[in-house]
Amino acid sequence: MLQNKAKILDKNQISRDNLIPILQEIQEREGFLSKKAITEVGQKMNLPTSKIYGVATFYNQFRFEPTGKYHIQLCRGTACHVLGSATILDEFEKQLKIKAGQTTSDGIFSLEIVACIGACGLAPVISVNGEFHAKLEINSVKEIINSYRNKSI
Amino acid sequence: MTQNNKKLKNFLINSVLNNNNSVKFNDEEKNNLQILRGEKTDKTLIYIGAGTCGLGAGADKTRAKAEKFLAQNNIDAQIIETGCIGLCAYEPIMDIHLPGFNRISFCKVTADKVDDILKNIFELSVPNADILGQFTSDSRAWENINDINEHNFFKPQKRIVLQNCGLINPVKIEEYIAKGGYSNYLKAIKKYKSTEICDIVEQSGLRGRGGGGFLTGKKWKFAANQASEQRYLICNADEGDPGAFMDRAVIEGDPHRLIEGMAIAAYGIGASKAYIYIRAEYPLAIKRLKIAIAQAQEYGIIGENIYDSNVNFEIKIKMGAGAFVCGEETALIHSIEGKRGMPRPRPPFPAIKGLFGKPTIINNVETFANVPDIIKNGHQWFSSIGTQGSKGTKVFALSGNVKLTGLVEVPMGTSLRDVIFNIGGGINFDKKFKAVQIGGPSGGCITNENLDIAIDYDSLIKVGAMMGSGGLVVMDEDTCMVDVAKFFMDFIQRESCGKCIPCREGTKRMLEILQNITKKPINNSEALERFNGILQLERIAQTIKDTSLCGLGQTAPNPVLSTLKWFKHEYEEHIFERKCSANICTELRTFNINVDACTGCHVCVKKCPTNAIIGSPKSAHFIIEDKCIGCGTCQTVCKFDAISISK
Repeated sequence: MLQNKAKILDKNQISRDNLIPILQEIQEREGFLSKKAITEVGQKMNLPTSKIYGVATFYNQFRFEPTGKYHIQLCRGTACHVLGSATILDEFEKQLKIKAGQTTSDGIFSLEIVACIGACGLAPVISVNGEFHAKLEINSVKEIINSYRNKSI
Repeated sequence: MTQNNKKLKNFLINSVLNNNNSVKFNDEEKNNLQILRGEKTDKTLIYIGAGTCGLGAGADKTRAKAEKFLAQNNIDAQIIETGCIGLCAYEPIMDIHLPGFNRISFCKVTADKVDDILKNIFELSVPNADILGQFTSDSRAWENINDINEHNFFKPQKRIVLQNCGLINPVKIEEYIAKGGYSNYLKAIKKYKSTEICDIVEQSGLRGRGGGGFLTGKKWKFAANQASEQRYLICNADEGDPGAFMDRAVIEGDPHRLIEGMAIAAYGIGASKAYIYIRAEYPLAIKRLKIAIAQAQEYGIIGENIYDSNVNFEIKIKMGAGAFVCGEETALIHSIEGKRGMPRPRPPFPAIKGLFGKPTIINNVETFANVPDIIKNGHQWFSSIGTQGSKGTKVFALSGNVKLTGLVEVPMGTSLRDVIFNIGGGINFDKKFKAVQIGGPSGGCITNENLDIAIDYDSLIKVGAMMGSGGLVVMDEDTCMVDVAKFFMDFIQRESCGKCIPCREGTKRMLEILQNITKKPINNSEALERFNGILQLERIAQTIKDTSLCGLGQTAPNPVLSTLKWFKHEYEEHIFERKCSANICTELRTFNINVDACTGCHVCVKKCPTNAIIGSPKSAHFIIEDKCIGCGTCQTVCKFDAISISK
């Protein structure tokens, strides 16, 4: 893992404008930004850890905890809201017994709210590990969860 | 690269791109060009709309099924993934182009319908399926099928930005070139001085499509006139407005148009380096953009000394990391520099002092996508479209409670009634129209009485809304406008960067007030707070508007002010009657048990989270209103339909 990070850091020139791409690449590989990763980037780039943490926490994309095996991104854009994404979110929280931003204790699911996926024509939408589910209804929530749960076994 | 591909590349570069109308094409070359333009085909082609919305509707399953069918029946055909034609509601869309026939387009092609459609088509009969239309060409027409442009959704549209979306293979530069692409760029760098490019764009009247609506050519001149050895061009593809997705569609469906527009702009302002700042939430768009950039490099469009013109141009992709405020120019620049995306006071404007302290021009995707056609057809052509103050077309993203959701490109000055009821087909389930929200969190609502105004930048401001990026979210009678205002405030206060106090604190207070209005007051002091809040709501809104640092804050109160203006009665109903007639604000709902239908099964009593239902088994139950939080659990669990919302 350490080697990986070193590679990312070597590949990108160590300049400030590459900080966000570096963090993005680390998250892509490891799933989240660990405390260790952030300090390491700071050392390599000669920047205080606080600065890097400041940048990372500013942006919605960065996570500081590992996600579940299936990462559910629920769109809360305007079109989705008008078509009932709030109730869909409630249903997911109820079924998975977690709140948005958390991961289930078995590590299978994590739930995240995103601003807009850009598939407003098919609202309400969610994306599970990049796979879209469109025009959701409350009843389909359970089915979707079960289909992924079965896959994970 | 195969011999044929090399030959094609040489032909396209030497005879099409470098052609100053002197080279005459021979028959084979004409034929090749027609094939690339999609006017005819020498082999069977199956096009599948595989934009994000197409994939969301199951285009990949449709594709898999089509592949299986072809393999089983030993049919030689090529499957091509296109971008989105703009009719999201009818996805997945599958077109079939047989040699000698017109291309025919089917919609709502879910995997189960694929076999039947393909079977019939290969027997040359028209299947009984949802057909969008056929693309008229010199080839044989399918009988009794209308031209696709006669379809109600497409007929009133005028497509400049979206002209290729959904039609061409987005990751095949050859098709874009055959359709006349990139020759506008070469025309620009060979025929015109860079100042002339700025002049043409300024005279065309093109205004920024990202929201503000500043004259694009004029803005370019600010940067061009700055003495500096390095200038930058940035494309803002950080389409953060919830409800807008035209930029995604353009990049997924026609990425070369964006690159050409940027290349022309870069030449105009004298920038050799460009960035595309694109949302990480658009993985497909990023993928196609990367391919397109590589192809443009291969064809010498991007690189050094482009076509011996001494012009250099390079593009870098920067992925945004999910911050709405980065749509603001100075915040976006900070983000590219690797800092927190917070805005700074302007002036100095980025055109004077921008990225890395150098003059920088930032435009959004749709603005750039207009540029190639302005160079091609001249500024008079462009300024002949649209209204007095707003020229050209505008792409609207139609979504919400409307029948045909999707992307609509119409000339400026078209009425919203036309867009929603004519093109969009009206309201879902034929419910009553309530309002349409335009311009995302910075915009406002437009009600029935203002639907007939000719939309352009200025007319929208007059009715208290703004163009924004052109997201249109249609709302029917079952939408609660207080809830919509609350939704936007919640979004804005989360996305506020926290730098200036009015925006950081003010939006939070506004949200709290709205939350109070939609909550059930438990005691008298809370009831008093509700009154207090509503008295202050308008004042806070005005202060935030007047004193915020950047556009995000200055426009943040718009959704609240606009709903207050047009739907004051709904606010009053929430405050005074503690009622939400759309039944959206759950805490204000009250439920009623129909004594005759209730069997006393006791299920609702067990499920009620606040123990608000009483009654002994086998006799009718009752709800204690004071305890009820309006969650609706009892209604969902009741098997006898005995529980309903009190009117």
